[in-house]
Amino acid sequence: MTTPLLESQFSLDDFMAAEQRKDLLRFSTAGSVDDGKSTLIGRLLYDTRSVYEDQVRSIEGKGTTAPGQLDFALLTDGLRAEREQGITIDVAYRYFSTSRRKFIIADTPGHEQYTRNMATGSSTADATIVLIDARKGVLPQSRRHAYIASLLGVRHLLVAVNKMDLVDYSRERFLAIQSDFTTLLDQIAADTGNPVQPHFLPVSALLGDNVVHRSASMPWYTGPSLIELLESLPASRHDAAAPLRFAVQRVLRPDASFRGFAGQVASGSIRPGDPITALPSGRTARVARIATFDGDLDLAHAPLSVTLVLDREIDISRGDLLVSTSSPATITTDLEASLVWMDAHDLVPGRRYLLKHSSHIVPAAVTALDHRVLLENDSHHQTLDHIPAATLSLNQIGVASLRLLRPIAVDRYRDHRLTGSFILIDPATNSTVAAGIVRSAQPIPASLAAHLATAHSGPVSARERFLRWGHRGAILSLTGPTSIADRVERALFHDGRVTLRLSAPESASAAVPDAAHETAASTLAAHAASAGLLVLLHTETDSDSLTVSVANHSLTIAQEDSLTRRLETLLTDAGLLHRPGQNEYEI
Amino acid sequence: MTTVTTDSHAPSAALPSQADTLQLSHLRQLEAESIHILREVASEFERPVMLYSIGKDSAVMLRLAQKAFYPAPIPFPLLHIDTGFKFREMLDFRDRMARQVGAELLVWRNEPAIAAGANPIALDTKRCCGLLKTQALLDGLRHYNFDAAFGGARRDEEKSRAKERIYSFRDNAGQWDPKNQRPELWNLYNARIHPGESIRVFPLSNWTEMDVWQYIHLENIPVVDLYFARERPMYVRGDALLPTEQSFVALPGETPQMVRCRLRSLGCSPCTGAIRSDAATIPDIIAELISFRSSERANRVIDHDQEGSMELKKREGYF
Repeated sequence: MTTPLLESQFSLDDFMAAEQRKDLLRFSTAGSVDDGKSTLIGRLLYDTRSVYEDQVRSIEGKGTTAPGQLDFALLTDGLRAEREQGITIDVAYRYFSTSRRKFIIADTPGHEQYTRNMATGSSTADATIVLIDARKGVLPQSRRHAYIASLLGVRHLLVAVNKMDLVDYSRERFLAIQSDFTTLLDQIAADTGNPVQPHFLPVSALLGDNVVHRSASMPWYTGPSLIELLESLPASRHDAAAPLRFAVQRVLRPDASFRGFAGQVASGSIRPGDPITALPSGRTARVARIATFDGDLDLAHAPLSVTLVLDREIDISRGDLLVSTSSPATITTDLEASLVWMDAHDLVPGRRYLLKHSSHIVPAAVTALDHRVLLENDSHHQTLDHIPAATLSLNQIGVASLRLLRPIAVDRYRDHRLTGSFILIDPATNSTVAAGIVRSAQPIPASLAAHLATAHSGPVSARERFLRWGHRGAILSLTGPTSIADRVERALFHDGRVTLRLSAPESASAAVPDAAHETAASTLAAHAASAGLLVLLHTETDSDSLTVSVANHSLTIAQEDSLTRRLETLLTDAGLLHRPGQNEYEI
Repeated sequence: MTTVTTDSHAPSAALPSQADTLQLSHLRQLEAESIHILREVASEFERPVMLYSIGKDSAVMLRLAQKAFYPAPIPFPLLHIDTGFKFREMLDFRDRMARQVGAELLVWRNEPAIAAGANPIALDTKRCCGLLKTQALLDGLRHYNFDAAFGGARRDEEKSRAKERIYSFRDNAGQWDPKNQRPELWNLYNARIHPGESIRVFPLSNWTEMDVWQYIHLENIPVVDLYFARERPMYVRGDALLPTEQSFVALPGETPQMVRCRLRSLGCSPCTGAIRSDAATIPDIIAELISFRSSERANRVIDHDQEGSMELKKREGYF
């Protein structure tokens, strides 16, 4: 095959040098079924010559457009079910490149029931394109898209007012939509705390106006085309002066002479000689080497994946966060977070979920739901109103308090996207049930943090205790008379369980809740449980039976009941007893 | 893929000065992301394995694995699914590379099907792939009890792959359910599975064919010589160039001719056509790629035998 490029004086070196200057911009798209989103993406790929001839041939003469017109939507609707139903089901990723930039598109469906996919696409995006049908104006789904983009911390919102050809390219129509949407964005920023920068464009995806090429039909619009805007937006630049965040993924120990901590720089930068603090232990050291396959580095910055060697032996393992000593993250067991619920089973407050944050997993429970954000209109409320909620269902978003069984080091999402985000996993189904966005974290009191630092650096791990004692650590809530609680403690001891009895903090019914005692008791309980002990957290009542509950299992014991068998069943059901082949992360 | 220049006068937002930002090229960003994925999998699964198919994508994946764990060795074995129809050159190259990087190499073949004479002409390509690739892969993974398997597939290859997760959950029959995939946000991957289930992991998800060749060039990564244009004996049928491997069934009177050609992607010899090309070096290949007007899998017979053919294969357990 001969090609013009091979015949001409193609210089690979020049080409490669230009390629090396290209950066990467990730953007997501959102739109409703008929907004023409797939058409817009197809048009973008076609007009930047990013689709191959065989792919174009495969859609010629198909689809729903007029004869001779390509149905660009067919370039992106990938799955059989989608082609059969004419809709987009799931997040699809597309790639294209211009002479300035490489682009990754997360193309997400706009149906109401697919909020979770929009959140997924937005989670890594620098920019989001929101499509608005010029004939319909700002609809509830446009509000929803803008809200999710803002919640997920997308910085630039490209508002493409589409189908301008169907409103006679009306400038008045465009300006009216722009005005409506600007008001909306102010409301959204007030709710999420994440302002987004809007950019408005009048387009016709079908005819190509202002997608790649400027439109001749709208001389009143003098701004950039969509692709020009995408090429000029600031990409996810990494601020070298930002505080270091480096989650340890793996300890590399090929021989006795090398011990390195492998991970990716999530934020900031680091040089040999810099001091770091390992969280949650609080131990400090200096960086001795930044090791890579291609030789040691003088500087590593986000988002490089490297291996750090420290100047002294401190106890660090997978899941620890290495941070700038001068600007550490918050160590906490209590979070307030926005949750995007992504599972068909509703949120169960109080139930144990697994929280995955950076490179570790911690058991956690939702202790309270502050509100739900209404994503659709109903007869009494507006879209984005806050309403009280007892649970969250699939595709709902709310603000919740979470309590973690072990302390982790976090940041607010608005400050650090990667150390301020988490997912919740259902330990029974293993489904990813929620995406979490940290709004605030209550720091563990300094005295306890110091205590944890020493306790955590001890040589005996919870896993070793688990293997010796045959049970994991957990908090068992005992509610009932002291006499039965005493029998429970005695029965567990008799069976060789290692327990610690604590009296539960004063309940909310007390006139003045003792906040300090509550935090101290719950932190101590969480810590002992994470070390491998069964903590018996007793709330005394004068009823004639006692309820023992752990995670989402419970047991009621009357005065004369025999205990051993029933306690064993409870511990088994709650997954606390050793059985072969268990996953070590479920501590 | 093709590049396009636009005459941009876009009013860009104020850019931070160069001094306080550090920008990595897109290739280094992709590399860092892939290494993060490799390390997560090696740390969260009990028995991961890397599917090594000998092609350019596997070559890149293998280099990334060396980088991810340096100076420690790659902490998982390589597995090659051998259909019995791979080019001789590929097998020699495979053994050499495994020795060079010091990785354990496992080879799995569906021996009963191979002994029974499974081939794409007798069976049609769909059933042949089903037995020699998909079934062999599922058997191999089960035999060794692997719970995670890296594959070199990229989302830009094919429509159904565009919807694939980085961690692709497979049920205990190895099947993919495109309507019921786990949401994947930020860089947080859900590695939890029940016994018998597994995860296919695609660390090159966000790479394009151009990215792969550029990286091979920059990193000086060895690839099989079949990718480079040479004079090779080929059966010429219309536009198709069919390699003269031992398995080829010639038509009566058909004889091979010497053609300057190369393979754009490496598959089984009966189902992988060559293309006429003068691209004898990696720079030539990159230059050729810029001018290409058809996708890399266009020469794979197996993707075209039915609408949505790749998706159907993936649902059954194919990569």
